[in-house]
Amino acid sequence: MTALAPRVEDGAGSARRAFLAILRRDLYVTWGELPVFLAQVILQPLFLLFVFGKVLGSLGYTQRGYADLLFPGLVALTAVITSMQTLAFPLVVEFGWTKEIEDRLLAPLPTGWVAAEKVIFAALRSMIASLLMLPIGFLVLGSIPWRWAGLPLFAVMVVLGALLGAGLGLVIGTLVQPNRINVAFSLIFTPLLFTGCSQYPWPSLERLRWFQVVTAINPMTYVSEGMRGALVPAVPHISPWICVVVLLASLGVLMTIGVRGFYRRAVN
Amino acid sequence: MAATVGASAVVVEDLVKRYPKSETNAVDGVSFAVAPGELFGLLGPNGAGKTTTVGVLTTRVRPTGGRAEVAGVDVVRYPVRARGHVAVVPQRSNLDRSLSIRNNLIFHAAYHGVPARTREHQADELLRQFGLFERANVKPDLFSGGQAQRVMIARALMHAPTVLFLDEPTTGLDPAARLFVWDRLRELKEQGVTLVMTTHAMDEAAALADRVGIMDHGKLLALDTPDGLMRSQIGRSTLDLAAPCPDAETADAAIGKLAALSGVERVERLDRGDGELGVRLYLSGEAPQLVAPAAALLAEHGMTITDMKVGTPTLEDVFIDLTGRTLR
Repeated sequence: MTALAPRVEDGAGSARRAFLAILRRDLYVTWGELPVFLAQVILQPLFLLFVFGKVLGSLGYTQRGYADLLFPGLVALTAVITSMQTLAFPLVVEFGWTKEIEDRLLAPLPTGWVAAEKVIFAALRSMIASLLMLPIGFLVLGSIPWRWAGLPLFAVMVVLGALLGAGLGLVIGTLVQPNRINVAFSLIFTPLLFTGCSQYPWPSLERLRWFQVVTAINPMTYVSEGMRGALVPAVPHISPWICVVVLLASLGVLMTIGVRGFYRRAVN
Repeated sequence: MAATVGASAVVVEDLVKRYPKSETNAVDGVSFAVAPGELFGLLGPNGAGKTTTVGVLTTRVRPTGGRAEVAGVDVVRYPVRARGHVAVVPQRSNLDRSLSIRNNLIFHAAYHGVPARTREHQADELLRQFGLFERANVKPDLFSGGQAQRVMIARALMHAPTVLFLDEPTTGLDPAARLFVWDRLRELKEQGVTLVMTTHAMDEAAALADRVGIMDHGKLLALDTPDGLMRSQIGRSTLDLAAPCPDAETADAAIGKLAALSGVERVERLDRGDGELGVRLYLSGEAPQLVAPAAALLAEHGMTITDMKVGTPTLEDVFIDLTGRTLR
């Protein structure tokens, strides 16, 4: 056997190296399954765009301009859902069955950093997926509502949406018992998908007051609305600064609960 | 392991762990120390607190009380630094299923800051030693328990841990895989790696460990070398006797007399079928000394010994002596 010199390092250096190595591991695995990643990321918004934006419009069931209103909502949806799925599913499996995460929890870095890596990686994947929506939208719809003036707000919303999804994923992934994962996903995922204002602008819900209240509780609503503020400001939408404030507050709450849940699962 | 020469590699003092919502302590005031280079065995039935003790030492379980150190590092106060010193081989595979086994080793080393040039070379060398080189690029999904165990030991060695913890390293393995793991552990010990393993297999503890701590209900009941533990049973033995027996009354009378012989602590009746008396004598002394008096006694009752077996004490007897029950 090799004569191995013991390496005894303390805190910060070892933690930074371990963190980057774990991130590299996730990128390596994603790179190895690139087609799977792309299919997972693209398929759902592609069909939503195609059916709601193209098919219904061509058949005359939706008004002209609905596709422009839908597109920012679907970018928001992609940002939130992609990072949520990227984080929650594997986390439940890793903690519950395969225990794969143990090797990373035993690496020389604080437990919270392992959670942080999960969040950052999920957000990265989700940001890539959101950006991919631009060419996909262009291909499916022929044109997308893009304005360069809206770029800063668009970027902020992509980042906040991706982090919001990661926060939701962290909470779900650590709080849900492995044997309940199927039920939990249908109970959480479906309502989240349809109450997040991705398919309709929030102010227009005034005619359906109770539903407007329900959608206001879903933080994804503020990503959709902020995205409309960036791309289709002519459509009535919640003011961007309210969106940013609500999203930052939601992030604070979700990350606190999520990291606590992570510690509870990681250390007995 | 230069860093800890003279000092203990592992120190546990008055360790207590009570899990939330539990009425009893999973670990209840355990203290022991493991010297550098020692192979230390924690022996006990399931639920004895062995795995929890190892969990504390490997920073995965937060103790309720007491102190635990690995390589001089307090695992509760400095978990990050402690993790650099330990490696864990768990009972069930926790290999990264998205990576080939070679990459399992390489990424593990990367997590622990082993430089890029050394980790590939080291991974190949360990894979060869563990007979895994041919399957280096296979993902661990298809591996049997024994193969996964080998990969996990190889992985654990990638960052040259000061202390290697193994939780039930051979439970569920076939005999060949078990011997392979035993050989590797003996090699590691020769190289000076400190090993702490939990087991509920008596023969494993006796065959491998320098010292054995016997745990039950969260307490450490005894701690000594396997020989030392068995010394408490020194001279103790069992003597099995069989003889054709005319009737039940004669048998009962003979058993009563056997129990009264000096040196006999207890008599247990063995089922030998009709017309045959079978007994096991638990002795406080050497068995051969009892053979003549027992034979004479049976002869008085008209019985001639047809079968006889002498049993020597094992760790199992030590355990029964300490806990009043068998391990399994």
